[in-house]
Amino acid sequence: MSTTTPAAPPVVKPPAPKTSFASRFGWPLGFLILAIVVFSFNQWILPDANGEFRTGYNNWLPMTAVNEAVIWAIFALGLNIVVGYSGLLDLGYVAFWGIGGYVAGWLMAPFANQVTPAWADLSINIFGHPLPGQDRGIHINFWLVLIIAALVCALAGVIIGAPTLRLKSDYLALVTLGFGEILPEVFRNGERVGPDGKWNITNGTKGITGIDQIPTGPFQLIPGVPATIGTFDLTFKFIVFALLLALAMFVSLRIREGRLGRAWLAIREDELAASMMGVPLMRIKLSAYAVGAAFGGIGGVCYATHVGGVLADRFNFSVSITLLAMVVLGGMGNVWGVTVGALVLAWINSTGLAQLGNVWNDATGSNVNFASHNFLIFGAVLVLFMLFRREGLIPETRTKQVLQEPERGEIESLGAEMEGTAEDTAAEGTKK
Amino acid sequence: MTQTAIAASEVKPRRLPRETAVSALGLLLVAAVVVWVLYEAIKSPQEFASLIVAGAGNGALYALIALGYTMVYGIIELINFSHGDLFMLATVLSGIVCVSVFNVDSFGFGAVGAVALALLISMAAAALVNVAAERVAYRRLRRAPKLAPLITAVGLSFMYQWFGQRQFMTGSAPKQWSTMFGDDGFNIGDVRVPYTTVTVIAITIPLLLLMVYIVQRTRAGKAMRAVAQDQDAARLMGIDVDRTITFVFALGGGLAGAAGLLYLQSVGTSNYNLGFRLGLIAFTAAVLGGIGNLQGAVLGGFLLGILSSLNDGMLLGQQWSMTVVFTVLILLMVFKPEGILGSPTTEKV
Repeated sequence: MSTTTPAAPPVVKPPAPKTSFASRFGWPLGFLILAIVVFSFNQWILPDANGEFRTGYNNWLPMTAVNEAVIWAIFALGLNIVVGYSGLLDLGYVAFWGIGGYVAGWLMAPFANQVTPAWADLSINIFGHPLPGQDRGIHINFWLVLIIAALVCALAGVIIGAPTLRLKSDYLALVTLGFGEILPEVFRNGERVGPDGKWNITNGTKGITGIDQIPTGPFQLIPGVPATIGTFDLTFKFIVFALLLALAMFVSLRIREGRLGRAWLAIREDELAASMMGVPLMRIKLSAYAVGAAFGGIGGVCYATHVGGVLADRFNFSVSITLLAMVVLGGMGNVWGVTVGALVLAWINSTGLAQLGNVWNDATGSNVNFASHNFLIFGAVLVLFMLFRREGLIPETRTKQVLQEPERGEIESLGAEMEGTAEDTAAEGTKK
Repeated sequence: MTQTAIAASEVKPRRLPRETAVSALGLLLVAAVVVWVLYEAIKSPQEFASLIVAGAGNGALYALIALGYTMVYGIIELINFSHGDLFMLATVLSGIVCVSVFNVDSFGFGAVGAVALALLISMAAAALVNVAAERVAYRRLRRAPKLAPLITAVGLSFMYQWFGQRQFMTGSAPKQWSTMFGDDGFNIGDVRVPYTTVTVIAITIPLLLLMVYIVQRTRAGKAMRAVAQDQDAARLMGIDVDRTITFVFALGGGLAGAAGLLYLQSVGTSNYNLGFRLGLIAFTAAVLGGIGNLQGAVLGGFLLGILSSLNDGMLLGQQWSMTVVFTVLILLMVFKPEGILGSPTTEKV
């Protein structure tokens, strides 16, 4: 099979009826303003605020939680391309996150020294910015590693996709789930592999720590901007992550209007019809996998720098499910919905639930540990959303139409008056 | 007769060279596994035999859980992700009945009665929960796109896990329970056979035969097969589709309940997230045998149990067991998506 990289960017310009200033530059401006507000508030206003306000604010919306939510949003946008745009259910998306993270662990940390005794003297530095005193191993510039991780993940997506993408929905979900389970196991057990267990490729459950800092390049000439963004420069990290999120949104929105995006939508709606109309199924599906995986790789590098390391235990199935929930609850296929869904859910997962629980406890005098009920809340939200608002918070128009109508063939086969729920049809069946 | 058009369409299409190569590669892989198994069997027959015994015990459990998956998938094409967690709840429930209520900690007349009672209770409870889940969560979604019931199942799985996490269930940490047999067993030659393995297989096989009987010989089974073929046509033929699906969910839940008790009696620990892993293994078993096929699920369960047991003892070790299971799954998907006993389906337009 062909394993080509995504097809070339759209050559044919799609018809764009709305070309007003607001529709062309509205969202980038809005995003930019929001990012600047968040940044300047946390960078300049908050440190000068009075202590009570500061602690209260930091309890509700700490900068680490904001950064993490932005990273989750990058992942969710990647999964949105696979699930929301192309309709390929992927339950193992965490694998790409893990690959991206371990690419960062390999190329941006002293860890490469420990892979094998023969590499003990290894010291490679390509515009890298190691933490003080940790300049052995491989250190490649953060921005280069982003590109490398995106490429590696895209390749991994193609490798996973190539043999399996001819499967249909459930089976595909299962195979991706399999990959999503195998890779964490490889990460966990990768401490002694190869002949006689000589190779240590992932450092086992200890994980890889000491990920490099993010260099700011020419921006360090601006007064106040540090040369490298270390672990505690959270606000500057936010700028980096927000920039990458903006890039992800831009790519998502633009690619969707082009030929590739329309082909994705076509195979999501009806694979058979799309292939009859000349859409090369395998190539289009593979490109969806590759693009989605590349987002995952970028997010993985971000996450590794956010945490300062990669830990094998972080890459489990619940991450894939959380991401899927972000995509589905936000509104499958809608970039805005997915972004908002990801930010909100990530915040609820990190600090929101506990804080809301505290408010509830203070107001009612009860003593409920809300964090211990997150399984129930999360599960109930998933079930209730599927039952009552299947199209998500901010639905994509097309998805909404499809999801709210029963399948056309089914109505026809039942006769027009049997359009209701299964109970109605069953009741009618017994009446006859 | 002028049946040329029909006859022509029934001519088997010529196999592409690529398809031939794929199936040849698949056969080669199977042959390699068989050769490896034989080699190990000849090299150390005693260890091999004890691994087979342990694997058969696990395989019986996998088969029981896999039957629940395969029946639900066979009838409404839903991967019931909550099935494994239902099994977990049944495990804990049977533990509560056996240990906390009846204090079963050794083999005896009373203990057998208590375990039998616990078996009935956990089967009934799991069936009830599964039916309730179908009624509340899945029935409304029967006409929805496939992603919707799948996510509902995941949500239900989380809710079950939450329930298993409560302090009166297992709590957040793994919990030890005393069991009827403990580690007792007997020896055949040099091979040690635990009593639990015998018990598991002795309870599993009749249940499996019962299932096969229900599906293939009874009216309800006929209705199930009809609904699986085409719900609308079945409804037009006077079959109560909802009741049939409810019945399938009840059967699957009952099997999960039985598996829960047997798991507790043979392993003796419970954990709130144990259902996820075992559920995945069981689903792989169902797919391995050919999903929707009862005998296939049983065969797949036993094969997978024995294979993972061999892996634990002789190949890569226990820490890689999920890798082995999923590698089997992926290879199967690539080479024979319809499973060992399944028949290939063509796409309906």
